[in-house]
Amino acid sequence: MTQAQDIIRAAARRDIRNRWWLSAPALVIIFLAAIGPLFVVVLYSVMVKGDYGDVKYWQFSGQGWFEVLFERDMFDNTVSFADAHLSILWRSVKLAAITTIVTLILGFPTAYFIATRPRHRRDLWLFLITIPFWTNLLIRTFAIQEVFRNEGLLNVALMRTGLIDQPIQIMFTDFAILLGMGYVYLPLMVLPLYASLEKFDFRLAEAAADLYANSSRVLRRIIVPMVMPGIVAGSILVFVPSLGAYVTPRLLGGGKNLMLGNLIELQFGQGRNWPLGSALSISLTAIVMLSLLVYVRAASKTEARHG
Amino acid sequence: MAIRENEFFTLLGPSGCGKTTLLRLIAGFEYPDEGEILLNGRDIALLAPHERPVNTVFQSYALFPHMTVGQNIGFGLEMLGKPRREIAARVDEMLRLVRMEALKDRRTSQISGGQQQRVALARALAPQPKVLLLDEPLSALDYKLRKEMQIELKRLQHETGITFIFVTHDQEEALTMSDRIAVMSGGSILQVGTPRDIYDRPDKRFVADFIGEANFLPAQVLSSAGDRAKVTLGAGGEILAGLPHGTQPQGQITVMVRPEHAEIAGTDADATLSGTLESAVYFGTDTHLNVRLGDGSNFVVRRQNDRCADHGFAPGMPVGVRIRDGAAQVLRD
Amino acid sequence: MARPYSVQRQRGFTLIALFCFVLLYLPMVTLVVYAFNAGATTSAWEGLSLRWFHAAAANERIIDATLRSLTIAPIAGLIATVAATMAALATTRTAPYRGLTFKYAFINQPLMVPEIVTAVALLVVFSRVKIWTGYSGLGYLIAAHTAFCIPFAYLPIRARLETMDLTLERAAADLYARPWMVLRRITLPLLWPGILAGFMLAFVVSLDDVVITEFVKSAGQETLPTYMLGQLRRQTTPEMNAISTVFLGLSVAIVTLFFFLSRKTD
Repeated sequence: MTQAQDIIRAAARRDIRNRWWLSAPALVIIFLAAIGPLFVVVLYSVMVKGDYGDVKYWQFSGQGWFEVLFERDMFDNTVSFADAHLSILWRSVKLAAITTIVTLILGFPTAYFIATRPRHRRDLWLFLITIPFWTNLLIRTFAIQEVFRNEGLLNVALMRTGLIDQPIQIMFTDFAILLGMGYVYLPLMVLPLYASLEKFDFRLAEAAADLYANSSRVLRRIIVPMVMPGIVAGSILVFVPSLGAYVTPRLLGGGKNLMLGNLIELQFGQGRNWPLGSALSISLTAIVMLSLLVYVRAASKTEARHG
Repeated sequence: MAIRENEFFTLLGPSGCGKTTLLRLIAGFEYPDEGEILLNGRDIALLAPHERPVNTVFQSYALFPHMTVGQNIGFGLEMLGKPRREIAARVDEMLRLVRMEALKDRRTSQISGGQQQRVALARALAPQPKVLLLDEPLSALDYKLRKEMQIELKRLQHETGITFIFVTHDQEEALTMSDRIAVMSGGSILQVGTPRDIYDRPDKRFVADFIGEANFLPAQVLSSAGDRAKVTLGAGGEILAGLPHGTQPQGQITVMVRPEHAEIAGTDADATLSGTLESAVYFGTDTHLNVRLGDGSNFVVRRQNDRCADHGFAPGMPVGVRIRDGAAQVLRD
Repeated sequence: MARPYSVQRQRGFTLIALFCFVLLYLPMVTLVVYAFNAGATTSAWEGLSLRWFHAAAANERIIDATLRSLTIAPIAGLIATVAATMAALATTRTAPYRGLTFKYAFINQPLMVPEIVTAVALLVVFSRVKIWTGYSGLGYLIAAHTAFCIPFAYLPIRARLETMDLTLERAAADLYARPWMVLRRITLPLLWPGILAGFMLAFVVSLDDVVITEFVKSAGQETLPTYMLGQLRRQTTPEMNAISTVFLGLSVAIVTLFFFLSRKTD
């Protein structure tokens, strides 16, 4: 009955073809307005920079990539490391890493707290985390700014109580950026942690307690290893947008304490160095993709272990 | 294999034996690599499900949660493009048939499991299919409801005159409801027959073992005539055993004896086999007597309990087992 | 003091958790409270007043930006939801086929690349296209928003589809429904909560976007977030608090709706 098999195979082929047609609109839109332009950026990174922004078409040069790490002295042509770029790169990675750690330290107990509430009250707590998650990032940054600026709630309160007589300068420091990013990305840490913790079967903790583990050992030896996928997911979800943050450092860092996102913007704005901006963009994307790769690896490994 | 019109036909087998796959082939959810599925002489093997005059009652019922009971039942007729008035009349008729008139406008999530089952039946019967497929429809119900629905299904089949193909792994269900049963294992059909055929005259060891309990005894054929053979049992004794249809076996074979078809006898001459009683296990309606035979094998005899008379058996006592002529069946393998 | 032992108890966790909730809400509450300040600063409380709401409602730049935001978000959200629904139907409930992983990666790409990178990439390309075509309308913003909204719309739709096994569709086909009828009468009605959730997410995400919009917009195409970004760099008046409060209220309303919609149906 090869005829029957032919008909079946033709039907399967038709099904896959239909599935391509169905996904076509999404794929085309994303290609035109997201992925395609990225390829153009790759191209721009190896072209010669235009005098007033943009690039000189089809004149290629490695200058953009060179300037990511090095700079040439204007007068004597000596090459040295681009300290400004390196310090911004370092600050970005450092702030993103600290943000991740701080949100993890705060987010884990929060997620744990929600996951251990009685079922009917869990939704309410979860809802309270979801609201800031979906609230405009700009507004949340603005809210943080309101509290911590020199005339803000914190300083006014401290001065009223007489603890200080000069406002503490928090705004426009790395610390302010850290506060802001920790604040806006905390829900991103809590949600995946909660998803993992909610699935945790506390009978396992009971079994460990039965075998003489105290509560901190139960936490370290049983719960943390079991919810590792959630910890990794939350860390990536915080680290990636922190690294590429633009709005928060711009508002709270005050134009001096730049992060990678602001450095990129600068090249397309006042810097008028599109090839450098493009090269920086690709570098940032590469770091992010690398982190995601680590995440996928870790996730699939733990999945395989827990079968 | 051929299934007759107006038949209650059951596919019976353990899970993974291919019975559900066979059902899905008939319904059109899967396609065969080879072979034909004929319905009144027409090959339907490659038709899409909506082109086949065959309806299914799903194991999970698959009632549409966003429609009412009445809308569920009318769905098939609606898809067939029947006029609205005819649909309404037929829905009411179906509701009467499954005794659910009062629940027509309920959501399917607001009715009990047994009621959902009835709706699923009514929905599949409403378009008057040539064949109704039932995929373990009773497995989600509790024991009492299941018993009730068994009778109900029989009644519906009788009243509608539609051919039912019923899939189950429950041997009792198969025996009590079917006109004929096909026992399946490992993707193939081992035996097709009436419930009585299957139970009393199983062809193969698997069939005998899967349905009910059985003792298997090695034996030697002495002579055979018609559908009977004279055999000597490995554990001693000579009996007349039934032969599978159209076989004339020779030499070493296996015979099967149902525990309730043998009886305990004294150790005197009319015992077929002899041994010692190992244990007597009380089961309420009956008692299972495990006898260790002379050759070391175990033989189970089932004995109806009697409230007024204790059987007085004690482990360790020597007993005889009597197997009457015709109580044993020679197996094909 | 003696509390019955619970294996779930971890010392200090409740305290940290409650601290986090206070931390999350205190700044936002402050923001909202000062929106009702009668004074001209957000430092000193001078009594209750709605004057800044009135001021915002009379500010033509704010009205203009709000209208633009409310034009882009529904259009981009709608297109993204339709595209995402189709894509979800094409990528779920199937044996893996060649190109399936590619589709996943493609659809989720806007979530993986930092927004600022996508923003400059769109700036580079669209600025060129604007010169070539001479068109500099809202189309660019709508296209950009649609693209990054698709993965957000896709997530809940796909999640919902994956909980729907094929039995109901099979049952419909068994009852003589043709494939198109199965889609219309069974699949789409059952998928509806997911589609609605997807649309709401897409809508909120579009409404909130500031980075990509900031880079893609042509002159005079302020949306509410980009207008606010511009204002926030200066000393602000409670007018900003008033706008933020309204915006916040809108987000909370949509999220609440989404939250209960997705709870109710699982």
